[in-house]
Amino acid sequence: MGFSDVWIEGELSNLRAPGSGHVYCTLKDDVSQIRGVIFRATAMRLRFALADGLHVVARGRVTVYEPRGEYQIVVDYIEPKGVGALQLAYEQLKQRLATEGLFQLDRKRCLPFFPRTVGIITSLTGAAVQDMITVLHRRCPVLRIIVAPVLVQGQEAAGQIANAVRALNELGEVDVIIVGRGGGSSEDLWSFNQEAVVRAIAASTIPIVSAVGHETDVTLADFVADVRAPTPSAAAEAVVPVLLDVLSRLEQLSLRTQQAMNWRCENERQRLDLSLARLTRFRFKLLEEAQRVDAVVLQMTHAIHEGVKDSLETVNRIKHELMTRNPQPCIRHGLGVVPQLLSRLQGVMQHHLHRRRERAGACMTTLNHLSPLSTLSRGYSIIESLSTQQVIREASQVSTGQEVLARLTKGRLRCTVQEILSDPSG
Amino acid sequence: MAAVKFEQAMARLEAIVGELEKGDLPLDESLKIFEEGIRLSKNCLRVLEEAERKVEVLVQDTNGKRELRAFTTDEEPGSSSSF
Repeated sequence: MGFSDVWIEGELSNLRAPGSGHVYCTLKDDVSQIRGVIFRATAMRLRFALADGLHVVARGRVTVYEPRGEYQIVVDYIEPKGVGALQLAYEQLKQRLATEGLFQLDRKRCLPFFPRTVGIITSLTGAAVQDMITVLHRRCPVLRIIVAPVLVQGQEAAGQIANAVRALNELGEVDVIIVGRGGGSSEDLWSFNQEAVVRAIAASTIPIVSAVGHETDVTLADFVADVRAPTPSAAAEAVVPVLLDVLSRLEQLSLRTQQAMNWRCENERQRLDLSLARLTRFRFKLLEEAQRVDAVVLQMTHAIHEGVKDSLETVNRIKHELMTRNPQPCIRHGLGVVPQLLSRLQGVMQHHLHRRRERAGACMTTLNHLSPLSTLSRGYSIIESLSTQQVIREASQVSTGQEVLARLTKGRLRCTVQEILSDPSG
Repeated sequence: MAAVKFEQAMARLEAIVGELEKGDLPLDESLKIFEEGIRLSKNCLRVLEEAERKVEVLVQDTNGKRELRAFTTDEEPGSSSSF
Protein backbone atom coordinates (compact mmCIF):
# COMPACT_ATOMS: atom_id res chain seq x y z
CA MET A 1 0.00 0.00 0.00
CA GLY A 2 1.26 3.44 -0.85
CA PHE A 3 -0.80 5.16 1.88
CA SER A 4 1.11 4.13 4.97
CA ASP A 5 2.34 7.64 5.77
CA VAL A 6 -0.33 10.21 5.01
CA TRP A 7 -0.59 13.73 6.40
CA ILE A 8 -4.07 15.07 6.66
CA GLU A 9 -5.49 18.35 7.86
CA GLY A 10 -9.09 18.94 8.91
CA GLU A 11 -11.66 19.52 11.58
CA LEU A 12 -12.45 16.89 14.18
CA SER A 13 -16.10 15.90 14.40
CA ASN A 14 -18.27 13.06 15.57
CA LEU A 15 -15.71 12.27 18.25
CA ARG A 16 -16.39 9.10 20.24
CA ALA A 17 -14.30 7.55 23.02
CA PRO A 18 -15.72 4.24 24.29
CA GLY A 19 -14.31 2.35 27.29
CA SER A 20 -11.76 0.56 25.19
CA GLY A 21 -9.64 3.74 25.17
CA HIS A 22 -9.62 3.88 21.37
CA VAL A 23 -10.92 7.11 19.94
CA TYR A 24 -13.04 7.34 16.80
CA CYS A 25 -13.73 10.47 14.84
CA THR A 26 -14.38 12.01 11.47
CA LEU A 27 -11.87 14.38 9.87
CA LYS A 28 -13.42 16.76 7.44
CA ASP A 29 -13.04 19.97 5.52
CA ASP A 30 -15.52 21.91 3.40
CA VAL A 31 -15.83 19.33 0.65
CA SER A 32 -14.68 15.97 1.96
CA GLN A 33 -14.41 13.71 5.00
CA ILE A 34 -12.77 10.50 6.16
CA ARG A 35 -13.21 8.40 9.27
CA GLY A 36 -10.30 8.34 11.69
CA VAL A 37 -9.28 6.03 14.48
CA ILE A 38 -6.76 6.74 17.21
CA PHE A 39 -5.83 3.57 19.04
CA ARG A 40 -5.40 3.59 22.80
CA ALA A 41 -1.60 3.66 22.84
CA THR A 42 -1.56 6.79 20.70
CA ALA A 43 -4.50 8.41 22.47
CA MET A 44 -2.85 8.04 25.89
CA ARG A 45 0.26 9.84 24.77
CA LEU A 46 -1.68 12.90 23.65
CA ARG A 47 -0.91 15.98 25.72
CA PHE A 48 -4.06 17.84 24.78
CA ALA A 49 -7.69 16.86 24.79
CA LEU A 50 -9.39 16.08 21.52
CA ALA A 51 -12.59 17.95 20.93
CA ASP A 52 -15.19 18.32 18.21
CA GLY A 53 -14.49 21.34 16.04
CA LEU A 54 -10.76 21.25 16.80
CA HIS A 55 -8.61 21.94 13.73
CA VAL A 56 -5.86 19.34 13.58
CA VAL A 57 -3.02 18.03 11.53
CA ALA A 58 -2.69 14.25 11.69
CA ARG A 59 -0.38 11.64 10.31
CA GLY A 60 -1.32 8.02 9.77
CA ARG A 61 -1.93 5.25 7.35
CA VAL A 62 -5.02 4.68 5.33
CA THR A 63 -6.70 1.30 5.86
CA VAL A 64 -10.05 -0.19 4.95
CA TYR A 65 -12.53 -1.03 7.64
CA GLU A 66 -13.76 -4.18 6.06
CA PRO A 67 -17.15 -4.65 7.81
CA ARG A 68 -18.33 -1.43 6.23
CA GLY A 69 -15.99 -1.34 3.31
CA GLU A 70 -14.88 2.15 4.23
CA TYR A 71 -11.52 3.83 4.09
CA GLN A 72 -10.26 5.13 7.35
CA ILE A 73 -7.08 6.69 8.58
CA VAL A 74 -5.33 5.16 11.59
CA VAL A 75 -3.75 8.17 13.26
CA ASP A 76 -0.35 7.78 14.88
CA TYR A 77 0.38 11.45 15.40
CA ILE A 78 -1.99 14.33 15.81
CA GLU A 79 -1.50 17.94 16.81
CA PRO A 80 -3.65 21.03 16.88
CA LYS A 81 -3.23 23.22 13.87
CA GLY A 82 -1.85 26.68 14.53
CA VAL A 83 -0.80 26.27 18.17
CA GLY A 84 1.41 23.46 19.36
CA ALA A 85 -0.06 20.52 21.19
CA LEU A 86 1.63 21.58 24.41
CA GLN A 87 0.20 25.04 24.16
CA LEU A 88 -3.30 23.74 23.56
CA ALA A 89 -3.06 21.26 26.42
CA TYR A 90 -1.84 24.05 28.64
CA GLU A 91 -4.77 26.26 27.68
CA GLN A 92 -7.25 23.46 28.10
CA LEU A 93 -5.98 22.42 31.53
CA LYS A 94 -5.73 26.02 32.64
CA GLN A 95 -9.32 26.60 31.61
CA ARG A 96 -10.52 23.50 33.42
CA LEU A 97 -8.67 24.22 36.64
CA ALA A 98 -9.74 27.84 36.56
CA THR A 99 -13.35 26.72 36.24
CA GLU A 100 -12.82 24.57 39.33
CA GLY A 101 -11.67 27.68 41.15
CA LEU A 102 -8.12 26.49 41.83
CA PHE A 103 -6.56 29.79 40.81
CA GLN A 104 -8.88 32.01 42.78
CA LEU A 105 -7.20 34.65 44.87
CA ASP A 106 -9.24 33.88 47.97
CA ARG A 107 -7.66 30.41 48.11
CA LYS A 108 -4.21 31.91 48.53
CA ARG A 109 -2.66 31.69 51.96
CA CYS A 110 -0.38 34.30 53.48
CA LEU A 111 3.26 33.39 53.88
CA PRO A 112 4.45 33.19 57.47
CA PHE A 113 6.40 36.23 58.49
CA PHE A 114 9.25 34.37 60.07
CA PRO A 115 9.46 30.69 59.14
CA ARG A 116 11.89 28.63 61.13
CA THR A 117 11.98 25.81 58.62
CA VAL A 118 11.76 26.19 54.86
CA GLY A 119 11.07 23.31 52.51
CA ILE A 120 12.53 23.35 49.00
CA ILE A 121 11.27 21.09 46.25
CA THR A 122 13.73 21.15 43.39
CA SER A 123 16.53 19.26 41.77
CA LEU A 124 19.75 18.72 43.67
CA THR A 125 21.63 19.29 40.46
CA GLY A 126 21.71 22.73 39.00
CA ALA A 127 22.38 26.11 40.50
CA ALA A 128 18.83 26.78 41.73
CA VAL A 129 19.09 24.79 44.95
CA GLN A 130 22.44 26.32 45.89
CA ASP A 131 21.20 29.79 45.05
CA MET A 132 18.17 29.36 47.26
CA ILE A 133 20.14 27.97 50.20
CA THR A 134 22.68 30.77 49.88
CA VAL A 135 20.06 33.50 49.79
CA LEU A 136 18.03 31.95 52.61
CA HIS A 137 21.04 31.65 54.90
CA ARG A 138 22.38 35.06 53.98
CA ARG A 139 19.10 36.65 55.03
CA CYS A 140 18.51 34.38 57.94
CA PRO A 141 21.62 32.60 59.21
CA VAL A 142 19.64 30.52 61.71
CA LEU A 143 17.30 28.74 59.37
CA ARG A 144 16.52 25.11 58.97
CA ILE A 145 16.13 24.05 55.36
CA ILE A 146 14.73 20.75 54.20
CA VAL A 147 15.29 19.93 50.55
CA ALA A 148 12.98 17.42 48.92
CA PRO A 149 14.96 16.41 45.84
CA VAL A 150 12.99 15.77 42.64
CA LEU A 151 13.54 15.58 38.95
CA VAL A 152 12.33 18.85 37.46
CA GLN A 153 12.00 17.72 33.88
CA GLY A 154 11.11 14.60 32.04
CA GLN A 155 8.30 12.11 32.34
CA GLU A 156 8.66 11.41 36.05
CA ALA A 157 9.12 14.98 37.15
CA ALA A 158 5.46 15.92 37.68
CA GLY A 159 4.75 12.86 39.79
CA GLN A 160 7.86 13.40 41.88
CA ILE A 161 7.08 17.06 42.46
CA ALA A 162 3.51 16.25 43.50
CA ASN A 163 4.78 13.51 45.83
CA ALA A 164 7.33 15.84 47.36
CA VAL A 165 4.61 18.42 48.11
CA ARG A 166 2.63 15.75 49.89
CA ALA A 167 5.69 14.39 51.69
CA LEU A 168 6.62 17.79 53.11
CA ASN A 169 3.01 18.32 54.24
CA GLU A 170 3.09 14.93 55.97
CA LEU A 171 6.43 15.69 57.59
CA GLY A 172 4.76 18.67 59.26
CA GLU A 173 8.00 20.42 60.10
CA VAL A 174 8.25 23.09 57.46
CA ASP A 175 6.51 26.47 57.65
CA VAL A 176 6.67 27.31 53.97
CA ILE A 177 7.61 25.49 50.75
CA ILE A 178 9.41 26.70 47.64
CA VAL A 179 8.68 24.67 44.52
CA GLY A 180 10.85 25.50 41.56
CA ARG A 181 13.72 25.13 39.23
CA GLY A 182 16.08 27.25 37.20
CA GLY A 183 15.44 28.45 33.68
CA GLY A 184 15.03 26.21 30.67
CA SER A 185 13.01 25.74 27.50
CA SER A 186 9.23 25.67 27.76
CA GLU A 187 9.42 21.88 27.40
CA ASP A 188 11.88 21.78 30.30
CA LEU A 189 9.38 23.64 32.45
CA TRP A 190 6.50 21.50 31.27
CA SER A 191 6.22 19.43 34.46
CA PHE A 192 5.11 22.54 36.30
CA ASN A 193 2.10 22.78 33.98
CA GLN A 194 0.89 19.32 34.79
CA GLU A 195 -2.31 18.63 36.59
CA ALA A 196 -0.74 16.42 39.27
CA VAL A 197 1.59 19.23 40.30
CA VAL A 198 -1.14 21.88 40.21
CA ARG A 199 -3.48 19.75 42.32
CA ALA A 200 -0.77 18.81 44.84
CA ILE A 201 0.08 22.48 45.32
CA ALA A 202 -3.61 23.37 45.66
CA ALA A 203 -4.06 20.64 48.29
CA SER A 204 -1.04 21.67 50.37
CA THR A 205 -1.85 23.02 53.82
CA ILE A 206 1.55 24.64 53.94
CA PRO A 207 1.87 27.90 51.99
CA ILE A 208 3.78 27.43 48.74
CA VAL A 209 5.92 29.80 46.71
CA SER A 210 6.47 28.87 43.09
CA ALA A 211 9.71 29.79 41.37
CA VAL A 212 9.90 28.27 37.92
CA GLY A 213 12.49 29.40 35.42
CA HIS A 214 12.89 33.07 34.74
CA GLU A 215 10.70 36.10 35.15
CA THR A 216 9.02 35.57 31.76
CA ASP A 217 8.13 31.93 32.31
CA VAL A 218 4.66 31.43 33.73
CA THR A 219 3.42 27.94 34.54
CA LEU A 220 0.19 26.63 36.02
CA ALA A 221 2.14 25.97 39.21
CA ASP A 222 2.63 29.74 39.37
CA PHE A 223 -1.11 30.30 39.09
CA VAL A 224 -2.01 27.92 41.86
CA ALA A 225 0.85 28.76 44.25
CA ASP A 226 0.16 31.17 47.10
CA VAL A 227 2.94 33.43 45.90
CA ARG A 228 4.70 33.42 42.53
CA ALA A 229 8.34 34.37 42.61
CA PRO A 230 10.00 35.27 39.31
CA THR A 231 13.13 33.22 40.11
CA PRO A 232 14.33 30.74 42.77
CA SER A 233 16.51 33.43 44.38
CA ALA A 234 13.54 35.79 44.53
CA ALA A 235 11.52 33.01 46.15
CA ALA A 236 14.19 32.64 48.81
CA GLU A 237 14.02 36.35 49.47
CA ALA A 238 10.26 36.24 49.64
CA VAL A 239 9.98 33.49 52.23
CA VAL A 240 12.33 34.73 54.95
CA PRO A 241 12.90 38.18 56.37
CA VAL A 242 16.39 39.44 57.06
CA LEU A 243 17.09 38.17 60.56
CA LEU A 244 18.91 41.33 61.57
CA ASP A 245 15.85 43.33 60.55
CA VAL A 246 13.62 41.12 62.63
CA LEU A 247 15.99 41.36 65.57
CA SER A 248 16.19 45.10 65.36
CA ARG A 249 12.42 45.34 64.97
CA LEU A 250 12.00 43.15 68.00
CA GLU A 251 14.52 45.21 69.91
CA GLN A 252 12.73 48.38 68.85
CA LEU A 253 9.39 47.01 69.94
CA SER A 254 10.82 45.88 73.25
CA LEU A 255 12.42 49.27 73.79
CA ARG A 256 9.26 51.11 72.86
CA THR A 257 7.26 48.92 75.21
CA GLN A 258 9.59 49.82 78.07
CA GLN A 259 9.70 53.48 77.15
CA ALA A 260 5.96 53.75 76.80
CA MET A 261 5.51 52.07 80.16
CA ASN A 262 8.17 54.19 81.84
CA TRP A 263 6.62 57.30 80.42
CA ARG A 264 3.21 56.17 81.53
CA CYS A 265 4.43 55.35 85.03
CA GLU A 266 6.22 58.69 85.31
CA ASN A 267 3.06 60.37 84.14
CA GLU A 268 0.92 58.52 86.63
CA ARG A 269 3.40 59.29 89.41
CA GLN A 270 3.19 62.98 88.61
CA ARG A 271 -0.55 62.81 88.58
CA LEU A 272 -0.47 61.03 91.90
CA ASP A 273 1.85 63.64 93.40
CA LEU A 274 -0.41 66.36 92.14
CA SER A 275 -3.46 64.70 93.53
CA LEU A 276 -1.70 64.13 96.83
CA ALA A 277 -0.74 67.79 97.06
CA ARG A 278 -4.28 68.82 96.31
CA LEU A 279 -5.54 66.37 98.85
CA THR A 280 -3.22 67.76 101.50
CA ARG A 281 -4.37 71.27 100.74
CA PHE A 282 -7.91 70.15 100.86
CA ARG A 283 -7.35 68.38 104.17
CA PHE A 284 -5.88 71.53 105.65
CA LYS A 285 -8.88 73.49 104.48
CA LEU A 286 -11.10 70.86 105.94
CA LEU A 287 -9.36 71.15 109.29
CA GLU A 288 -9.77 74.88 109.17
CA GLU A 289 -13.42 74.52 108.46
CA ALA A 290 -13.74 71.99 111.25
CA GLN A 291 -12.16 74.45 113.64
CA ARG A 292 -14.53 77.14 112.54
CA VAL A 293 -17.45 74.82 112.95
CA ASP A 294 -16.24 73.91 116.43
CA ALA A 295 -16.06 77.57 117.36
CA VAL A 296 -19.54 78.23 116.08
CA VAL A 297 -20.84 75.17 117.86
CA LEU A 298 -19.27 76.28 121.13
CA GLN A 299 -20.68 79.73 120.68
CA MET A 300 -24.05 78.33 119.89
CA THR A 301 -23.99 75.95 122.83
CA HIS A 302 -23.07 78.79 125.13
CA ALA A 303 -25.81 81.00 123.72
CA ILE A 304 -28.35 78.24 124.06
CA HIS A 305 -27.27 77.56 127.64
CA GLU A 306 -27.58 81.23 128.49
CA GLY A 307 -30.93 81.43 126.78
CA VAL A 308 -32.16 78.40 128.62
CA LYS A 309 -30.90 79.76 131.91
CA ASP A 310 -32.64 83.08 131.33
CA SER A 311 -35.80 81.38 130.35
CA LEU A 312 -35.67 79.13 133.36
CA GLU A 313 -35.28 82.12 135.62
CA THR A 314 -38.22 83.87 134.02
CA VAL A 315 -40.27 80.75 134.27
CA ASN A 316 -39.40 80.34 137.94
CA ARG A 317 -40.21 83.92 138.67
CA ILE A 318 -43.52 83.76 136.94
CA LYS A 319 -44.23 80.46 138.58
CA HIS A 320 -43.54 81.96 141.95
CA GLU A 321 -45.69 84.93 141.13
CA LEU A 322 -48.39 82.69 139.95
CA MET A 323 -48.16 80.66 143.13
CA THR A 324 -48.57 83.79 145.19
CA ARG A 325 -51.60 84.76 143.17
CA ASN A 326 -53.19 81.43 143.24
CA PRO A 327 -56.96 82.09 143.30
CA GLN A 328 -57.70 78.67 144.69
CA PRO A 329 -57.74 79.67 148.40
CA CYS A 330 -59.94 82.64 147.51
CA ILE A 331 -62.20 80.42 145.56
CA ARG A 332 -62.23 77.87 148.31
CA HIS A 333 -62.99 80.62 150.83
CA GLY A 334 -65.60 82.10 148.51
CA LEU A 335 -67.21 78.75 148.03
CA GLY A 336 -67.76 78.61 151.80
CA VAL A 337 -68.82 82.22 152.28
CA VAL A 338 -71.00 82.80 149.27
CA PRO A 339 -73.83 80.45 150.27
CA GLN A 340 -73.85 81.98 153.76
CA LEU A 341 -73.96 85.44 152.32
CA LEU A 342 -76.59 84.32 149.88
CA SER A 343 -78.83 82.97 152.61
CA ARG A 344 -78.19 86.06 154.68
CA LEU A 345 -78.95 88.17 151.68
CA GLN A 346 -82.14 86.31 151.08
CA GLY A 347 -83.15 86.70 154.74
CA VAL A 348 -82.43 90.40 154.79
CA MET A 349 -84.09 90.83 151.46
CA GLN A 350 -87.25 89.11 152.60
CA HIS A 351 -87.30 91.11 155.75
CA HIS A 352 -86.89 94.29 153.77
CA LEU A 353 -89.46 93.27 151.25
CA HIS A 354 -91.87 92.44 154.00
CA ARG A 355 -91.38 95.73 155.67
CA ARG A 356 -91.63 97.60 152.41
CA ARG A 357 -94.72 95.74 151.42
CA GLU A 358 -96.30 96.62 154.77
CA ARG A 359 -95.28 100.19 154.44
CA ALA A 360 -96.50 100.28 150.89
CA GLY A 361 -99.86 98.86 152.06
CA ALA A 362 -100.13 101.55 154.74
CA CYS A 363 -99.18 104.20 152.27
CA MET A 364 -101.71 102.86 149.84
CA THR A 365 -104.38 103.18 152.48
CA THR A 366 -103.31 106.69 153.41
CA LEU A 367 -103.02 107.51 149.76
CA ASN A 368 -106.47 106.26 149.12
CA HIS A 369 -107.67 108.47 151.94
CA LEU A 370 -105.91 111.45 150.48
CA SER A 371 -106.66 110.79 146.85
CA PRO A 372 -108.47 113.50 145.07
CA LEU A 373 -110.06 110.70 143.19
CA SER A 374 -112.15 109.85 146.23
CA THR A 375 -113.15 113.48 146.52
CA LEU A 376 -113.95 113.44 142.87
CA SER A 377 -116.08 110.37 143.36
CA ARG A 378 -118.17 112.38 145.76
CA GLY A 379 -119.01 114.73 142.93
CA TYR A 380 -116.26 117.26 143.09
CA SER A 381 -114.21 118.25 140.11
CA ILE A 382 -110.84 119.86 139.71
CA ILE A 383 -110.43 122.71 137.30
CA GLU A 384 -107.09 123.41 135.84
CA SER A 385 -105.85 125.82 133.29
CA LEU A 386 -105.57 124.24 129.94
CA SER A 387 -102.55 126.20 129.08
CA THR A 388 -100.65 126.12 132.39
CA GLN A 389 -102.26 123.02 133.88
CA GLN A 390 -102.38 124.86 137.15
CA VAL A 391 -105.18 123.98 139.44
CA ILE A 392 -107.56 126.82 139.63
CA ARG A 393 -108.60 127.61 143.16
CA GLU A 394 -110.00 131.06 142.75
CA ALA A 395 -112.21 132.45 140.08
CA SER A 396 -109.91 135.36 139.80
CA GLN A 397 -107.34 133.09 138.43
CA VAL A 398 -109.17 132.87 135.16
CA SER A 399 -110.62 135.26 132.73
CA THR A 400 -113.69 135.11 130.58
CA GLY A 401 -113.30 133.02 127.45
CA GLN A 402 -110.37 131.11 128.88
CA GLU A 403 -110.36 127.41 128.33
CA VAL A 404 -110.09 125.17 131.35
CA LEU A 405 -110.03 121.45 131.92
CA ALA A 406 -112.37 119.87 134.40
CA ARG A 407 -111.40 116.55 135.85
CA LEU A 408 -114.29 114.34 136.95
CA THR A 409 -114.29 110.95 138.54
CA LYS A 410 -114.64 109.47 135.15
CA GLY A 411 -113.43 111.53 132.18
CA ARG A 412 -112.54 115.20 131.70
CA LEU A 413 -114.27 118.19 130.29
CA ARG A 414 -112.93 121.02 128.27
CA CYS A 415 -114.76 124.14 129.30
CA THR A 416 -114.83 127.78 128.40
CA VAL A 417 -115.34 130.33 131.15
CA GLN A 418 -118.55 132.15 130.41
CA GLU A 419 -118.63 134.51 133.28
CA ILE A 420 -116.83 135.07 136.53
CA LEU A 421 -119.11 135.27 139.51
CA SER A 422 -118.17 136.82 142.77
CA ASP A 423 -118.30 134.68 145.83
CA PRO A 424 -121.48 135.32 147.67
CA SER A 425 -119.64 134.96 150.88
CA GLY A 426 -116.79 137.08 149.85
CA MET B 1 3.08 25.98 63.30
CA ALA B 2 5.80 27.89 65.09
CA ALA B 3 6.12 30.40 62.25
CA VAL B 4 2.50 31.39 62.58
CA LYS B 5 2.86 31.77 66.34
CA PHE B 6 5.93 33.93 65.91
CA GLU B 7 4.13 36.14 63.48
CA GLN B 8 1.10 36.44 65.74
CA ALA B 9 3.37 37.25 68.65
CA MET B 10 5.09 40.00 66.67
CA ALA B 11 1.75 41.41 65.54
CA ARG B 12 0.42 41.35 69.10
CA LEU B 13 3.62 42.96 70.34
CA GLU B 14 3.20 45.72 67.80
CA ALA B 15 -0.42 46.24 68.84
CA ILE B 16 0.65 46.41 72.48
CA VAL B 17 3.31 49.01 71.76
CA GLY B 18 0.71 51.02 69.86
CA GLU B 19 -1.71 50.82 72.77
CA LEU B 20 0.92 51.74 75.33
CA GLU B 21 2.15 54.67 73.28
CA LYS B 22 -1.39 55.96 72.87
CA GLY B 23 -1.74 55.84 76.62
CA ASP B 24 -5.54 55.62 76.57
CA LEU B 25 -5.86 52.48 78.64
CA PRO B 26 -6.32 52.50 82.39
CA LEU B 27 -3.07 51.94 84.27
CA ASP B 28 -3.79 48.43 85.49
CA GLU B 29 -4.75 47.40 81.96
CA SER B 30 -1.57 49.01 80.64
CA LEU B 31 0.47 47.11 83.18
CA LYS B 32 -1.20 43.90 82.15
CA ILE B 33 -0.44 44.34 78.44
CA PHE B 34 3.02 45.65 79.29
CA GLU B 35 3.79 42.38 81.03
CA GLU B 36 2.33 40.53 78.07
CA GLY B 37 4.52 42.59 75.73
CA ILE B 38 7.68 41.85 77.69
CA ARG B 39 6.81 38.18 77.77
CA LEU B 40 6.12 38.19 74.00
CA SER B 41 9.35 39.95 73.11
CA LYS B 42 11.32 37.50 75.26
CA ASN B 43 9.55 34.58 73.64
CA CYS B 44 10.18 35.94 70.15
CA LEU B 45 13.82 36.52 70.94
CA ARG B 46 14.11 33.00 72.29
CA VAL B 47 12.55 31.64 69.11
CA LEU B 48 15.19 33.51 67.09
CA GLU B 49 18.00 32.38 69.34
CA GLU B 50 16.89 28.79 69.39
CA ALA B 51 16.55 28.57 65.62
CA GLU B 52 19.33 26.46 64.17
CA ARG B 53 21.21 26.65 60.95
CA LYS B 54 20.79 23.34 59.24
CA VAL B 55 20.23 21.98 55.77
CA GLU B 56 18.70 18.56 55.38
CA VAL B 57 17.49 16.41 52.54
CA LEU B 58 14.26 14.46 52.71
CA VAL B 59 14.86 11.15 51.03
CA GLN B 60 12.62 8.24 50.34
CA ASP B 61 13.93 4.73 49.84
CA THR B 62 12.48 2.16 47.52
CA ASN B 63 10.09 0.95 50.22
CA GLY B 64 8.64 4.45 50.46
CA LYS B 65 10.29 5.02 53.85
CA ARG B 66 11.33 8.64 54.27
CA GLU B 67 14.18 10.05 56.29
CA LEU B 68 16.03 13.30 56.79
CA ARG B 69 19.71 13.28 55.94
CA ALA B 70 22.27 16.04 56.19
CA PHE B 71 22.77 17.97 52.98
CA THR B 72 26.24 18.08 51.50
CA THR B 73 27.32 20.08 48.53
CA ASP B 74 28.69 17.00 46.84
CA GLU B 75 25.27 15.37 47.02
CA GLU B 76 25.12 12.61 44.49
CA PRO B 77 22.64 13.63 41.83
CA GLY B 78 19.99 11.01 41.35
CA SER B 79 20.90 9.11 44.50
CA SER B 80 18.27 10.82 46.56
CA SER B 81 15.89 12.11 43.96
CA SER B 82 13.56 9.37 44.79
CA PHE B 83 10.21 11.17 44.75
